[in-house]
Amino acid sequence: MGTRDCQHICGESSPAIGEAGKTGEWRDSFPVIDPEKCVVARQNKPACFLCWLYCPDAVVTKTIPIQINMEYCKGCGICAEICPADAITMVREQ
Amino acid sequence: MAKKSNTRILDGNHAAAEGAKLSRVQVIAAYPITPQSPVTERLSEFVEKGELDAQYIAVESEHSALAVCTSASMVGARTFTASSSHGLAYMHEMLHWAAGARLPVVLACVNRAIGAPWNVLNDQQDSVSQRDTGWIQIYARNNQEILDSIIQAYRIAESIYVPVMVCYDGFVLSHTEMPVNVPSQEDVDRFLPPYKPHTTLDPNNPKNYNLVTFANPRVNAEGVLCHGYMELRYLLQEALQNSRETIIKVGQEFGELFGRSYANTLWESRLNDADIVIVAMGSLVMEAMVAADILREAGHKVGVLGLRVFRPFPKADVVKALEKSRVIVIFDKNISYGLEGATCSEIKSALYGSSVRAVIRNFIVGLGGRDVKARELAEAVNKSLLSLKEGDLTREYPEWICAI
Repeated sequence: MGTRDCQHICGESSPAIGEAGKTGEWRDSFPVIDPEKCVVARQNKPACFLCWLYCPDAVVTKTIPIQINMEYCKGCGICAEICPADAITMVREQ
Repeated sequence: MAKKSNTRILDGNHAAAEGAKLSRVQVIAAYPITPQSPVTERLSEFVEKGELDAQYIAVESEHSALAVCTSASMVGARTFTASSSHGLAYMHEMLHWAAGARLPVVLACVNRAIGAPWNVLNDQQDSVSQRDTGWIQIYARNNQEILDSIIQAYRIAESIYVPVMVCYDGFVLSHTEMPVNVPSQEDVDRFLPPYKPHTTLDPNNPKNYNLVTFANPRVNAEGVLCHGYMELRYLLQEALQNSRETIIKVGQEFGELFGRSYANTLWESRLNDADIVIVAMGSLVMEAMVAADILREAGHKVGVLGLRVFRPFPKADVVKALEKSRVIVIFDKNISYGLEGATCSEIKSALYGSSVRAVIRNFIVGLGGRDVKARELAEAVNKSLLSLKEGDLTREYPEWICAI
């Protein structure tokens, strides 16, 4: 089973979620949110959302509580860096 | 057979421009450089006078010229550019891009030496140096072949989505006038259908072409396993490996319509009884035929093998053409520094594993416009014959016909 079935003769893609594959597979560490520290979770209202704003892959939801789509989170750790409450910890993938 | 064609006295650059015009090119982008400049001048005149319905895009460099052609080719335009020497070298990155993106751009390379030191005259170092960019390379022996090859180049390129470089010797052909049969537009239209791009840019079905492509294949959003970088490189090699059949078929159909057949990858002259074969590429093939006449008069059975197609390298055809040879004398207007002339290496490579056990001699000639006389070629063959008693099939390095 080779790649000929795609019938491309040059590099080709379409703008679609998952077009580059499940990029979460690239991750070597993943973010863990502590609800005791997260501003959104603690106040139970739309607030802060800096992780949502800064995530370069748009995998953080603007919801209460915040959720992260681990199928596409590449584990860059920007959310953990930006979090003003230090609520996000990056944990090594096993 | 051809209708309403007429024979005109054209120099090589004019023949190239007529070939592009008859091919109904839609976008032309080129930057002038000696000896290619008259090609660009002539084409811009055609466009300005309304004789050719094309966009002539003035650019600030050769790199941009080919960038324009690749972009225009991608959105469905038939594109043409031309360059020489330093200009072709400056296109190097975009040569790779055109081939990798599988865009059927046609480029006329007017072969000129490359500096340092500055030199505007002919050799083939420029196009030979671009050998590994994935382009098909066709070399013309005379001005008729320049015109004919450019028309055929579009059929070939657009059939298999590989760009084609038509190479011809600077000044020797580019600025030398000779009779050229110019086919009618009607006949060329019958031979060359409109270009159908393999890339479709449609806002309702958006695509991203030639994106960042990783080492490994990837499954796309529709679950289809798509090529990684290496699979795309394989397909380009496969296209060139299989292109011989297309080149010959196109050349044969051209012959049926216009009366000049190109159903070959090589020009063979007097090989039937020859045990000594001179090999050359471009206009030097014509000079080699005069040298063969001189040597035949002296009683040697000499034939000439002219390389018409340099990429794909026609290995099987070369072996078959050389199978009766006892001595092969290869003249190169290029040098792969530290080794030998490029065509010599490739002929040796083609013969590996064949039954041909001929003596091979390589001469570097005509660099930077040094005149190559038929008499000198004949002398080099005679010198090669004298060295046979030494028993060595090949030499470590080539000999040069120069004053050192």
